[in-house]
Amino acid sequence: MSVKKIHKEQPETFKFSDKSMEAANKIVSNYPNGKQQSAVMALLYIAQRQNDNWIPLQAMKYIAKFLDMPYIKVYEVATFYSMYNLSPVGKYFFQVCTTTPCMLRGAYDLVKVCKSKISEKENVLSEDGKISWMEVECLGACVNAPMMQVNEDYYEDLNGKKLEEIIETIYQNKIPKPGSYSGRINAEPVNNRKTLLGNKNA
Amino acid sequence: MLKDEDRIFQNLYNDSGADIESAKLRNDWNGTKEILEKGREWIINEVKSSELRGRGGAGFPTGLKWSFAPKEVGSRPHYLVINADESEPGTCKDRDILRFEPHKLIEGCLIASYAVNAHKCYIYIRGEYFNEGQKLQTAIDEAYKNNLIGKNALNSGWDLDIYIHYGAGAYICGEETALLESLEGKKGQPRLKPPFPALIGLYGCPTIINNVETVAAVPTILRRGAKWFSSLGRAKNTGTKIYCISGNVNNPCNVEEEMGVSLKELIETHAGGVVGGWDNLKAVIPGGSSMPMLPKEICDNMKMDFDACVENKTGLGTAGIVVINNDQDIIKCMARIARFYKHESCGQCTPCREGSGWMWRMLERMAAGEATPDEVDMLFDVTKQIEGHTICAFGEGSSWPVQGLIRHFKDEILERNKFDPVVKKQKNIPYLVDQHLLEKENA
Repeated sequence: MSVKKIHKEQPETFKFSDKSMEAANKIVSNYPNGKQQSAVMALLYIAQRQNDNWIPLQAMKYIAKFLDMPYIKVYEVATFYSMYNLSPVGKYFFQVCTTTPCMLRGAYDLVKVCKSKISEKENVLSEDGKISWMEVECLGACVNAPMMQVNEDYYEDLNGKKLEEIIETIYQNKIPKPGSYSGRINAEPVNNRKTLLGNKNA
Repeated sequence: MLKDEDRIFQNLYNDSGADIESAKLRNDWNGTKEILEKGREWIINEVKSSELRGRGGAGFPTGLKWSFAPKEVGSRPHYLVINADESEPGTCKDRDILRFEPHKLIEGCLIASYAVNAHKCYIYIRGEYFNEGQKLQTAIDEAYKNNLIGKNALNSGWDLDIYIHYGAGAYICGEETALLESLEGKKGQPRLKPPFPALIGLYGCPTIINNVETVAAVPTILRRGAKWFSSLGRAKNTGTKIYCISGNVNNPCNVEEEMGVSLKELIETHAGGVVGGWDNLKAVIPGGSSMPMLPKEICDNMKMDFDACVENKTGLGTAGIVVINNDQDIIKCMARIARFYKHESCGQCTPCREGSGWMWRMLERMAAGEATPDEVDMLFDVTKQIEGHTICAFGEGSSWPVQGLIRHFKDEILERNKFDPVVKKQKNIPYLVDQHLLEKENA
């Protein structure tokens, strides 16, 4: 369970845009009749994407009406899961994994860089308001540790210096290339591959 | 070392692309219709005799699980749910299947759903794997287009729809009943068992839940025969498995190997050895963070399969091997894992919700050397009070690794924690509570 703070300044209204509405209707049709409540997680994502990566309370009320379910049930879901942001985050949202496999390979060096280059505290916007960062639990790319996620993309096999470069690139309004930063392909052992060599050379 | 032609996941490193044309070159979707035509009984029996065990952590025999689904569809439809909520620290095998071998998974879904009489299949992917989910969606769209799934899939007369459902960053949703709750649009808090999901699962209907790797392995097993699969490994621990080797090794990687391969071979051959040499090894977590760690002496001769791990008081789990060498502070490593569990406890059962926080705080103090020697036994006692007193296996998952630390590294904790509370020094004045006030410098 993550501790979450609701943002103090909430917008007055919230409504799905046409594009969001289309996506929402498609999601609801994935579930059997009468079980539209299943779509609540996906709809919260849609609302989050539409509203600059965070979910206002009005959006929860809107979704509750949309799915014909009690508001408190939507609120429960939004506060239970850690990927719903209930207050604004940066346009580039850095999530640095610091669980043991990443920690063993130096994840706290990345945290240090985030502190000096972005903001001293977690969940605080950088000076130009573009980036915010936080520590998260295992992101499931342990053999590519240490790694982090920026919005939807994984940046793997990092170290302090490489992360500094990534942050600099973003400050210059460019999006750095996601994936491994040690020159390897995906999850293969670097320079030490002993399996499936026939496929590699094919 | 396992021969390359015996590896199921030929595209583990994405040498040849994940699209349907490349997948067909790798023998995917070859003879699937003929497999379906052999009937449910044959499929389930073949999976049973291959002795395939679930790859999601618990190692439950897959064929047996499928046979629990009611034989005839009653008033309630059946569902197949694929658990792709891979969040165990140290494990990242399903991610590579989702992005590079999606067609193996989809083909497995078709066969499994036919075997358990399900027309709908939900794949629950953790929310962080958004890009991987998109790749899987592309593959699903390809499969629909080629009539591999959908109405009258492969002209076999079987209808199957596959939907992706994204999670949102809750480790507990990897537990099957919590996953069902989440799929129903609720908080991911596990349900009491029984009733088991095979009878009362998603929306109260019979539901079979399998891990990604398990289902993705099924088509190859049926194509090549249960005999081939069970010839690898040893009895009850058959087949191949993707091992994820991370931590203090020179070349961390995912690799598919035979069940029962030795731990030393995995680390030395595939992962390029421990940083600083084998003698610099301190401990290994063999099956993802919720399995107890093993010290070097046991690792020297360890075989990696379900039963060998149990003999050594640990578990194969998801085969996420985390290597820790002598340069690391082992207590700090464990404290970080305890923090993970404190963060991820769903809060439903008191022993787990409160206990996981206790364990974390005690371990942090032990890492800093601020605990008393008695507290080591107290910590062990706390783990015993969590284990077995919770609705789901999260209680075991959070307390076993701490027990593993105390079992193998108690001396090291005691060595560091010699702090003696003042109360003890003044034992001769039992009626005074504020004994520290008697000491001269405090007076």
